[in-house]
Amino acid sequence: MKGRGMSEISINYNPSFSGFLLALSKESKQNVNACFQCRKCAVGCPIAFAMDLTPTQIIHAARLGLEDVVLNSKTIWLCASCHTCTTRCPQDVDIARVMDAARIVAARRGVKPSVKSVKHFFHTAVKNIERFGRLYELGLIMALKLKTGEFTKDMKLGMEMFKKGKLKLVPSFKGMWDTRRICKAVKKKESR
Amino acid sequence: MSYAYYPGCSLHSTAEEYDRSFRQVCSGLGIKLEEIKNWVCCGSSPAHGTSHLLSIALPAHNLSLVEKSGKEEVVVPCAACYSRFKFALYEVDRDREMAQQVNEVIGSEFKGKVNVIHPLEMLSSQGALAGTMVVRDLSFIKAVCYYGCLLTRPPKVMRFDSCEFPMSMDNLLRSAGVSILDWSYKTECCGASLALAETGIVVKLVGDLLTEAKTVGANAVAVACPLCHANLDTRQAEAEEMRGEKFGIPIFYFTELIGLAMGYGGKELGSDKHMVSAEPLLSRLQGGV
Repeated sequence: MKGRGMSEISINYNPSFSGFLLALSKESKQNVNACFQCRKCAVGCPIAFAMDLTPTQIIHAARLGLEDVVLNSKTIWLCASCHTCTTRCPQDVDIARVMDAARIVAARRGVKPSVKSVKHFFHTAVKNIERFGRLYELGLIMALKLKTGEFTKDMKLGMEMFKKGKLKLVPSFKGMWDTRRICKAVKKKESR
Repeated sequence: MSYAYYPGCSLHSTAEEYDRSFRQVCSGLGIKLEEIKNWVCCGSSPAHGTSHLLSIALPAHNLSLVEKSGKEEVVVPCAACYSRFKFALYEVDRDREMAQQVNEVIGSEFKGKVNVIHPLEMLSSQGALAGTMVVRDLSFIKAVCYYGCLLTRPPKVMRFDSCEFPMSMDNLLRSAGVSILDWSYKTECCGASLALAETGIVVKLVGDLLTEAKTVGANAVAVACPLCHANLDTRQAEAEEMRGEKFGIPIFYFTELIGLAMGYGGKELGSDKHMVSAEPLLSRLQGGV
């Protein structure tokens, strides 16, 4: 690298790296390069204890174009979208939105999620909403159980909630033609 | 006074007591709620974690139904729906391309002119609880107010109360005669929708929140979000097991407490539907539960 100027280094920048950063920026509409690594997002994150990388590290990896580090992390799936990071970021980076964007880019690129349960939950819930118009909780729980095989988990709790009338036996079906139509239109637009 | 009303999925199922108590309080105050016909799910976290367009289109569709009904204000009790509705307004207002895409997928024109309000805003602005409305003494209820994440964050989108230390629920419940305690976890996260997927995380966070509530001497927690309620209420037993400590703290929607102060019975308000029974605490009510 001796004697090379900054511009030459940037020319040698691996295009596949910047391609990922571009995809993430386009999806999130966020400029992660504004981040100066103050770590406020990591310190305030209520889920950081369960994450493999802190939100700060994810943003840094994104800046470097490290696609595999970002998309294979547990962090992007464990983010609870509480917006503490987004609220406190002094550089106005919407970090929660970047996490959402990373999930979407990961799905688009066929990357296996590091936390399958969350991806399953999202996928199953969206299908449920599309089909029934309003979320049909009991159907969602059943579909998740079929996917994960954890049939006994929360059984007692579920029964108690059912007894108190908190879980409805049948879906409402109200608005289902609207959600089916909207979901279809979104898919069509996004496949273009 | 009449408002368009969007209950959202939770208030028709797991958070039935929120719907029931809110309607009861409103009827007592002479406020009319008109439920939007054929409303659909707002998409919540599953939508914004899957497709940004879908996450804006679903709330925009609901808001366009309000516009068509001729109403200018819609009241949204669920903090998650409230957040998604405000995000839809924010994005459609600032991003023309997004606004156009949204109109195309929902198949109608959404103008973004509806005012989205939370029951906390609505009831605070009424100032109606002072004086004659409060007929029962609730000073034996020592509650901490738990706002959770989505009511106030991010502030540029939500524009509701202070994002780190909100006071609207504290003030409202104080005016209803509840003993309100200060605590530092007002806007901490309960783990929200991770409850079904990563239950262990939620149980840990619920344990932290309840420990803090207990430390400041609370015998109740007041909430304004169905996810906060579900997690603190239904996961409390697991949190107790994890911590090796008994909490036994009933979780109330703030509307239940207002209803109790106004003289409604626990059953009318749905307070018998909690997993952590409110009965031992409410047995101290004048005239019984």
